[in-house]
Amino acid sequence: MITLDHVSKTFTGANEVHAVRDVSLTVDDGEIFGIIGYSGAGKSTLVRCINLLEKPTAGTVTVDGKELTAMGEKDLRQERKKISMIFQQFNLLPSRTVAQNVAFPLKGSGLGKEVVRKKVMDLLDMVGLPDKADAYPSQLSGGQKQRVAIARALASDPKVLLCDEATSALDPQTTQSILHLIQDINRKTGITVVVITHEMAVVKEICHRVAVMDAGAVVEEGTVFDVFSSPQQSVTRSFVSTTSNLGKIEALIAADDPMTALAPGAVIARLNYGHSNVSEATISEISRRFNVDVNIIFSNVEIIGGQSLGGLVAVISGDRVREAIGYLSEKNVVVEVLKRG
Amino acid sequence: MAEFLTSIMPHVVERSDQFWQAFRETLQMVGIVGVLAVVIGIPFGVLLFATKPGAILQNRPVHFILNKICDIFRSIPFILLAMILLGLSRLIMGTGIGVKGAIIPLTFATVPFLGRQIEGALSEVPAGLLEAAQSMGCSPWEIITRVYLKEAIPGIARGVTITLISLINFTAIAGAIGAGGLGSFAISYGHSRGYTDIMWTVLIIIIIMVSLVQTIGNAVVKKTSH
Repeated sequence: MITLDHVSKTFTGANEVHAVRDVSLTVDDGEIFGIIGYSGAGKSTLVRCINLLEKPTAGTVTVDGKELTAMGEKDLRQERKKISMIFQQFNLLPSRTVAQNVAFPLKGSGLGKEVVRKKVMDLLDMVGLPDKADAYPSQLSGGQKQRVAIARALASDPKVLLCDEATSALDPQTTQSILHLIQDINRKTGITVVVITHEMAVVKEICHRVAVMDAGAVVEEGTVFDVFSSPQQSVTRSFVSTTSNLGKIEALIAADDPMTALAPGAVIARLNYGHSNVSEATISEISRRFNVDVNIIFSNVEIIGGQSLGGLVAVISGDRVREAIGYLSEKNVVVEVLKRG
Repeated sequence: MAEFLTSIMPHVVERSDQFWQAFRETLQMVGIVGVLAVVIGIPFGVLLFATKPGAILQNRPVHFILNKICDIFRSIPFILLAMILLGLSRLIMGTGIGVKGAIIPLTFATVPFLGRQIEGALSEVPAGLLEAAQSMGCSPWEIITRVYLKEAIPGIARGVTITLISLINFTAIAGAIGAGGLGSFAISYGHSRGYTDIMWTVLIIIIIMVSLVQTIGNAVVKKTSH
């Protein structure tokens, strides 16, 4: 549905900024694709290169089989009606009511007044705000404003929905409800969704695939499960660690926390399970087999893209620790020894 | 009633015909130039705003020229501007005096003034709305009419209010150089002949006019802000 081919965007001025560097990406029809990165990584610029709100300085952008970078302004405006966008700050028109905001993109579409009215009401129904048609944006909460923005974005029956940090200004509960709404719309209408975020939790919640951006480039890309279970780049690992508490152990060890004090021969290890072995009782297994004690400090199990992914941090002590770890590795558990007693 | 008025403002009553004539002239000048200012000043302000570097119709030369016109006309004191434009007024209106002669200088003083106010009002519209409108495939014309002008209505109403109040002030100054109106009436009788009742009457009427404009302006701003 969306193909970016060697796209770069450089802002010229007093000092040049290479916001996007040679990005090539393909977003499939009907998928929810995440682009994650820290602020300044270039993800907002990249998403604006999809609808050409930012003109790439190099590379081509193709959406739904049409090369946007080769188009004139007028054709481009026509294509943009099929690529909707929602924003962190909602960007509703304050002087118009909710219904007028939703109807805004339908002006000039040739639809009759009654048809527009019905369409607006259906959309407000879909986003769960049928009773707010005549309210002004200033009378709505953040979550409600984003729902209106989503309804407005869908009014022109777009093929693509771009979400630029759409939940970053919302509290965690509202974030969940907005994400589920987007997911729901994706399932019902088959619309292709691109989600820009700096929160791994958002990616984990709704995305099928994800690209990780750092310093303007895509450094890692794959299914959300793969990226979560075996992150390759340090920036990816740091994002993944934000959604789990398994990373806290390093800080405890560094601070010499009493919890990390070890008897001779004992180790602190982090174990990561893939989906194939998460349900196996490997801990009690090694405990019985090698007569070791396993004291679990942290543990974490996630369901990502319908697959489970788990890990734990434990103190393993006993005479046959080495053998126990060897056995775990045989069972495809990834073992990292963090500290030895 | 008549007796009472005669007792408090004898000279006004004595010249009531001239007084009403002057009042009508002031209303005419404010009315005609007010309409011209809105019709010319709003597009002028929109262009001033839209041609700015980084704005939707960015155009450095056009913006530079409009900006300079605005600055120059706003920096000339009105009384000098009226004298400078005397020739132009004779050329276009056929006269340099009376209500007809005042239209050109008043318009030249008011349009740049309102233009700046409009530019300011449009600048207040959040940049995110421009981006949202562009993402929906709006053309620059649609963005100006359906987003900027619509969202800036309260700011525009404030600008028009301030402009009309300045205009009332300018018409009084125009009276000093032969434009007629209440200003002229106050100068020739209230000032030159020392009839203080005439001065006070004109003053109170102008204060009432200004208050009325401000009150209406405030009501429009309140009604259009959401």
